This record gives sequence, C-alpha cells and structure tokens, in this order.
Amino acid sequence: MYVAVKGGERAIENAHRLLAHKRRGDQGVPEVTLAQISEQLGLAVDRVMSEGSLYDRELAALAIKQARGDLIEAIFLVRAFRATMPRFGSSEPVDTGTMRVRRRVSATFKDIPGGQILGPTFDYTHRLLDPLLAEGLAPEAPATADAHTAPTPRVTDILGRDGLIECSPPADDGASVGDLTREPLNFPADRDLRLQNLARGDEGFLLAMGYSTQRGYGRNHPFVGEIRFGEVEVELFAEDAGFAVPLGSIELTECQMVNQFKGSATEAPCFTRGYGLAFGQSERKTMSMALVDRALRARELGEEVRAPAQDEEFVMSHSDNVQATGFVEHLKLPHYVDFQSELGLLRKLRQEFADASTPDAMKEAAE
Amino acid sequence: MNAPAYNFAYLDEQTKRMIRRAILKAIAIPGYQVPFASREMPMPYGWGTGGVQVTAAILGPEDVLKVIDQGSDDTTNAISIRKFFAKTAGVATTTATNEATVIQTRHRIPETALHENQVLVYQVPIPEPLRFLEPRETETRRMHALAEYGLMHVKLYEDIARFGHIATAYAYPVKVNARYVMDPSPTPKFDNPKMDNCPALQLFGAGREKRIYAIPPYTQVVSLDFEDHPFEPYRFNAPCALCGAENSYLDEIVTDDKGGRMFVCSDTDYCEGRQATGHHGSLSAAPYKEKAHG
Repeated sequence: MYVAVKGGERAIENAHRLLAHKRRGDQGVPEVTLAQISEQLGLAVDRVMSEGSLYDRELAALAIKQARGDLIEAIFLVRAFRATMPRFGSSEPVDTGTMRVRRRVSATFKDIPGGQILGPTFDYTHRLLDPLLAEGLAPEAPATADAHTAPTPRVTDILGRDGLIECSPPADDGASVGDLTREPLNFPADRDLRLQNLARGDEGFLLAMGYSTQRGYGRNHPFVGEIRFGEVEVELFAEDAGFAVPLGSIELTECQMVNQFKGSATEAPCFTRGYGLAFGQSERKTMSMALVDRALRARELGEEVRAPAQDEEFVMSHSDNVQATGFVEHLKLPHYVDFQSELGLLRKLRQEFADASTPDAMKEAAE
Repeated sequence: MNAPAYNFAYLDEQTKRMIRRAILKAIAIPGYQVPFASREMPMPYGWGTGGVQVTAAILGPEDVLKVIDQGSDDTTNAISIRKFFAKTAGVATTTATNEATVIQTRHRIPETALHENQVLVYQVPIPEPLRFLEPRETETRRMHALAEYGLMHVKLYEDIARFGHIATAYAYPVKVNARYVMDPSPTPKFDNPKMDNCPALQLFGAGREKRIYAIPPYTQVVSLDFEDHPFEPYRFNAPCALCGAENSYLDEIVTDDKGGRMFVCSDTDYCEGRQATGHHGSLSAAPYKEKAHG
C-alpha cells in the first residue's frame, strides 16, 4: 500500500490553524496585550530588540506574542521584517558619556564622579518565589530624590586620562562602519564587524563563551570598569539641513571591561579594553559580549589564539541563533533521497562484510 | 505600527541587483563560490533561503516556477516555497518539469532532461566541499585558489582503504570545468551525471553560508574518482512500483513493521507522467493521493 508519506497543502494549513489556536490558549483567560508584554516582560522585549537588531518595542512585543514567548522565534520574526527595510543612512555615533543614567556601577573604584547608582536590578534580591506577586498586588512606589545633575564620565575615560588604559582608536569620519547584514562577512574580520556580530549574537552562546574565558580558555583577567544603563539621543546628519537632527532617544546598556595589560620595549604597559553594547537593559549580554570582544582581540594584541572564545571564525560563525536554529531544525525536513542513497551504500558494505567473514570452507559446504 | 509592504518576489530591487551581480560572477567562474550579502528571509536558514533568494532575483512575471523537495512537488517545504512565490510574485507555478522555466530544488535533479530555456536553482546547506576536511573558511578559500585538492583525493582513497568503496552516497564532490571542486548540494550521487553538459543553467544558493555558485550551460562536470575505482551512481535495483520505471531514482517506503518495503520514483512528476501514458508498476492502482497543486 502506498501510504501518504508526503505532506499536503491542507496539512500545512491545518497545522497553522492549530498553532494559532494553541497560541491563544484557554479563551476563558484574557488575551495578553502588546502593552502588557512591553511593560511587564520588558527584558524579553529588550532581548528581542537587541538580537533582532531593531529598536522597536511594539514590534518586538508583537513578535513575542506571535512566537508564543519563544524568544529565538521572536528574534527571527523581527530579523525577517528588518531585512526588508530600506536604509536611509547611518546615525551619528551615540555618546554614552552623555547618557541619562538609570543604573551605573563600577567594580574597579569604590566611588566615581557621578556616583554608583544601583537602579532597577535583580542584584542582591533573594531568589525566593514571591506568592504575593502571583496575587498581583500593586508594588510600593519607588523612592525618589532630586534629579541627578552631576556629569557621569565613563570610568574608562578616567583611566584613559592617565594613560592607564589603551586609547580607543580615534573615530575616522570618512570611514563607513561595516554592516554584515549588507555585505558578506569575510575573515579575518575587523572589530566593527566583530562587535556587530556579537551584538546580534545569542545571549546564551555569548554567556558560555565569556564564561569559558573566565575558566581559563583564553583568560584575560577582566574587571568591570563600568556598566551603565540609560537613555541616549540618536541623531542623524541631514545632508539637506547641514546639521544633525535628533531622531529620538533609545535605551542602551554599555559594559566596558578593563583587562590585563600589555606592553612592550617601546610601549608603556596599560590595561586593554573589552566592549559590550545592547539595546535596553541587557547586562548579562553586554558583560558576556565584552569578555568575548576582548578574547577576540587576541590576534591584534599579539596573543596566542588557543581557546574557542579567541577564534573569530568559530565565534562569529556560530553566534547567530537565527542561523543556528534554522540549520539545526532543518534536520526535521525530509532527507529521504540522501538517506536512501546512504542505506544503499551501507547495505552493500554489510553484504561485503558478511561475505568476507564467511569462511570459504563453510561456503563450499553450504553449496 | 509599521505595516509591511513587499516588492515583487519579496526582495527589494537593490538586493536583487546585488544577488544578480553575484550570479553573473558565479557564471563567469564556474564552480567558484561567490560570497554574497545573504538576507534574512521569512523562512528559516537551512530551509532553502539561498535558493529562495536566487529564485527571487531571477524570477520575472512571465516565468513559470516549479519547486521540488526530494524530487517531489508535494513535500511540505516545496509547497511552502511555491506558495511563497505564488503569493509574493504572482507567477504561474507548475509541477510539470518541461513546462517550468525556473525549477527550485532541494536534494534532486528532475529525471526529465532539462532544456536550454530552463534554470535549475539548488538549495545548498554547506557549499564548501572541503568543509568536513578543513573547518576554516580562510584555509578552504586558499585551497581553492591554489587548486590544492589533494586532501579530497586522500579522503576518497581512505574510504576505499577502509570500506573498499568511496563511501559518499550524496553530496558527492565534482570538478567543474576542470578547475573548481564543487559540492553539488546533498543530491544523491545518482544525479551527478545529469549535471554534466546540461543545457540548462544551474545556480546554487547557500543562504546561511552566504555563497552563490553556478554551472553555466554545457559545462563539463566530472565526479571525482580513481581509474581503478570509477564513479558509480547508485540506484536500488527494482522497477518503480507505480510506473515501472527502471532508470529513475527510487524512494524506499516502509509499508509495515514486518520488513515490507515498496520502491517508487522520488520524482513524482516523472512518475505521474509515465502512469498517465500507460506505464504501470506492480502496485499501480495507487489509492487517493492528495494533489500537490491546483
């Protein structure tokens, strides 16, 4: 009997209808709104915006809802939408030194100009499940203080004034910034492309890679110079107007790692940098990114490349969760014809093995 | 909210131009893998995004599109891709090989011989034939540049030493135009001879790996082998149970849990065409089968 091994158009349609039904769940329970996702699952939205490379809270919330909370699927939805967007130009570099800081901590100095600001953080919470939250009680109003007016210079800039940390390379206004979503990636890749790759990279992958450097696979002695989270202005230089016009403000998290120093006969020793940046509040991501960024600078800093986190082909080729999930999951597509070819070969090899292991004498006796 | 609006065949014209430039370069250097700025498509990487981008870049309103997966027009992913283009480009689609001007395929080359007015677009997962011998792209590109293919021959030789045969059943490496070693995509090696001197243009798209390569019409394509171990296509030795074909590639279908098997053409259009012209196999009274199309 020829059984129906091949799928049909109707089967696909029915599967998608069932998916929509499962997405909605019990219809006796109120449907979640995009505003609820954006407001109450804000860190999920931040992650989808970061790895989706598109700063749009509403679209990210829609993607999360459509993906039933599967964040990689949501990132994929955002990416596919982003790919079709025309590019009007590149913004001016944002100045995180002028960030309206909501949170800012340094592990290298006890106090810093502008102060340490804890802000909204899970740090120092006791991870005890909270039954009160299940009941949906209104939280206490946050504590307030006078608006913060003191400037908050970056810690790395403070170190840089004394030459204790390497200078960031000066901005080259003429050079365009690489974009691996528009140009094919070639190796070796420059740091702009590496950082772009890491910024889009899977948080879990970067976390594991960064962690591996701490455990000795490409150790680079990191200190958190500073993590800051807050709002920055984005500006676009308008050719017609002749000046930069503000496009709006976005929330960013920046992590600057201060790493083991280098020096030589001709250069005074100084600390080296690792950099992480992400949309929204994404500390785990930016810290991991900064560790991996520093590890990937091994070649540039004359270090031996031995660990996976130092290997740019390895890291950059496997960091993207949309690519990775697609290729891993494609294994569920039909492979009948390859498998049939492989079966044929294996049967032939087994037959030859059986023939060879039958002693000639027995063969003759059998005949 | 930004409501999406899409161009003909989904991709914007700028992207299509970029892909067409890569295709032209690929045709100019047969078998060479041209890097291109692959876009994120609305289907997953590994599910045909490379082929879809190539098809989107070459498709015109007058084209007639056929999409197959495992040789069949009615496998789920083939249906999904065909519907994608029917929706975004509004082109005519067909299941008949000889009526199509563009055929996108995953894992098979149609049994019906292709002609000059056709383009065969392959979906490619791993374009680099040397990848499993050398994981680094920087190294493999150098090896191709120097035509340094000794490693591949050593691998094939080691197969023979260990198994008595070249133990590659699909994605069997070929040499194109006596220059580049190329991965034919995971087609069974049965299909390799069809690539040689083919009147149709053959284009290969690898979306995730961001590579396009090509075999221009009437180009020499040779499957790698040794004089004393010549290339042998594999085909299960049985006629198709539905159309009786003796020369088509067969799918093996498990019919029960007692070792029952039947073998039928993997190319459904070829099989149906033969049945329609009166050919029969041992089980040709096939029960209801969902029509792929229409």
